[in-house]
Amino acid sequence: MFEGLSDKLDRAFKVLKGHGHITEINVADTLKDVRKALLDADVSFKIAKQFTDQVKEKALGQNVLTAVSPGQLMVKIVHDELAGLMGGEKADLLIKGDPAIILIAGLQGSGKTTFSAKLANYLKAKKGKKPLLVACDVYRPAAIEQLKVLGQQIDVEVYSEDSANDPVKIAKRSISHAKENGHNIVIVDTAGRLSIDEQMMDEISNIKSALNPQETLFVVDSMTGQDAVNTAKAFNDRLDFEGVVLTKLDGDTRGGAALSIKSVVNKPIKFVGLGEKMEAIDIFYPERMADRILGMGDIVSLVEKAQEQFDEEEAQKLQKRIARNQFDFNDFLAQIKQIKKMGNVKDLLGMIPGMGKAVRNLDIDDNAFKGIEAIIHSMTPEERVNPAVMNGNRRKRIAAGSGTTIQDVNRLIKQFDDTRKMMKMVTANKGKNMANVMRNMKNMN
Amino acid sequence: MGLFNIFSREKKERLDQGLEKTKSNIFTRISKAVAGKSTVDDEVLDSLEEILVTSDVGVATTLRIIERIQKRATKDKYLGTSELNKLLKEEIVALLQENNLQDFTEFSVPGDKKPYVILVVGVNGVGKTTTIGKLAYQFKKSGKSVLIGAADTFRAAAVEQITIWADRVGFPIINQGMGADPASVAFDTVKSAIARDMEVVIIDTAGRLHNKINLMNELSKIRKVIQKLIPDAPHEVLLILDASTGQNAFEQAKQFTAATEVNALALTKLDGTAKGGVVIGISDQFKIPVKYIGVGEGLEDLQVFNRVEFVDSLFN
Repeated sequence: MFEGLSDKLDRAFKVLKGHGHITEINVADTLKDVRKALLDADVSFKIAKQFTDQVKEKALGQNVLTAVSPGQLMVKIVHDELAGLMGGEKADLLIKGDPAIILIAGLQGSGKTTFSAKLANYLKAKKGKKPLLVACDVYRPAAIEQLKVLGQQIDVEVYSEDSANDPVKIAKRSISHAKENGHNIVIVDTAGRLSIDEQMMDEISNIKSALNPQETLFVVDSMTGQDAVNTAKAFNDRLDFEGVVLTKLDGDTRGGAALSIKSVVNKPIKFVGLGEKMEAIDIFYPERMADRILGMGDIVSLVEKAQEQFDEEEAQKLQKRIARNQFDFNDFLAQIKQIKKMGNVKDLLGMIPGMGKAVRNLDIDDNAFKGIEAIIHSMTPEERVNPAVMNGNRRKRIAAGSGTTIQDVNRLIKQFDDTRKMMKMVTANKGKNMANVMRNMKNMN
Repeated sequence: MGLFNIFSREKKERLDQGLEKTKSNIFTRISKAVAGKSTVDDEVLDSLEEILVTSDVGVATTLRIIERIQKRATKDKYLGTSELNKLLKEEIVALLQENNLQDFTEFSVPGDKKPYVILVVGVNGVGKTTTIGKLAYQFKKSGKSVLIGAADTFRAAAVEQITIWADRVGFPIINQGMGADPASVAFDTVKSAIARDMEVVIIDTAGRLHNKINLMNELSKIRKVIQKLIPDAPHEVLLILDASTGQNAFEQAKQFTAATEVNALALTKLDGTAKGGVVIGISDQFKIPVKYIGVGEGLEDLQVFNRVEFVDSLFN
């Protein structure tokens, strides 16, 4: 997601390589480039200046002490400073009180409603909560309807009042409703508002005083430019919010806003939005984000994501089946489902160090598995378990049934056979299951 | 001031109000930067750089403007506050003017294109549907018949949102419900407009991030499908940009243009604190005219963009 910035830093540091040590002269041009890269990445003008000054100080202080290449040293310094700027440790959501109340605020179009639903889904699935979504955007046409549709999708109740037009009252009544119906978390979605709209800012302040929420989250579009700091500051002055949510990070924005906001309002970024699917939400990890900015990828995120979606028990079973050469098309189908659950294939690849640049221009179809799935679905149970029975006639039938060609079917069967052979080999040699491999990868970090 | 006679006083005031923040910021800061100085020195240029960059003009464009000012400053030697303001304004107007953009003066469409098809595109949350509502209102006000295609069949309640606007403004829409093929909705809309002898067609599309290749291909498909009915349509591909967006707006302009040949821009949410400097940069790099600006959520809060008026509002 920060490829743009890391590319630029890459280039900036290349200039430094080949020099023996960091001096005032060889650092000046590099820092100019770093600063330019940060500005191009929408980092606030002041923060970018502050940042390059800090880096310069650190770099010049260290030059005589170390023998590592100046480029590496600069990467380390920039990384450390970047991580520091984005705010040290990760910050969890505070869910206390019965019900716990979370208030969502932000500008128009920042993604509040989508995020509210994602958060409800997240708290329901990951924390076993029973959330209630509250529709307090009584202004934008169909905003309430939007939340209702999303609520239905994730099977979370949405509280709304069709005739009422006072968000403060709606919010208040929603809490009683939550108590009566055993909801232990209430997420209050509000209308988008400009920070200079006094009337609307008064309204959100009033909602906040009426509800006294444990968490007020400020939702901001990651593509926001220099105005991000002003808006964040204005909302913070009125709401004293607990955290920031950075949305639309699945775009190609360099996301400099992330760097600035934290340091200006001194509030942590708690969540990031990564797409339009209800599962496309993640916690914000400042350390990893710094790595990512520097093009080191986000291997830890990837591993955790994989682990989360990967049922260990299933994996054990699968492991045994592979060992006995019983791996069949049903398993193959299950594997595809696992991969799909992990999200967009391209996003996943992008998290692997060194892959960011490579996959950016690659067109990976999220529907790439559709054809494969269709073919497998067109097989009989017997064919799935025992692929050897698939003769010419059967293959023809499968091709017709799945709307593919016989060549496609042949190719898939061939791939399947190859995969099976390879799996057998891997398991015979190593005797390790996939979960183990992933654990090891994590320990390396 | 003959140029401004075509704008009603009310309209000018509204733009001024919307840009108040921008104006006071840039103006007061330049004044501060040059206070007590009689020449353009490095410190003044540094302040200028800060002012332009913090207005989202972008580093490249900022450097270009500063270079030009530097050149003129060395030539003219003596520059005071008022001269500097004038110079800066001239340079920005020049950047906008260099593109030979024609000025649009009113909400009108060429009479020889019937129906005149407008395809509205942009990333999520920039205000596509709201802009369409306001645009349809303006066309209707000027006596045009308007048909809207609800081709955002993806985002929850998007069809309901445009339907509410349709009721509010009083225009018909073509709607196949959620989940329908957007290209099919677009096709139906244009076909229906031809059959009903409508003058303007506006197609709403789902917000999409410009790096999602499949979604961008979907836009290309919508375009192609429309061309089956009217070979030179869509006559206008309107890219909506959020004024608070930073340098990513350049990438948006680039990718959407590649997919759909964007030929007009609308800049929304200019009533906020965002400076809208992104317009200057984009106009400079892509030769796409800014046609409309959004300055609020009301029916009337859409205006035809005029570069002189825009720059004038920044500095006067």
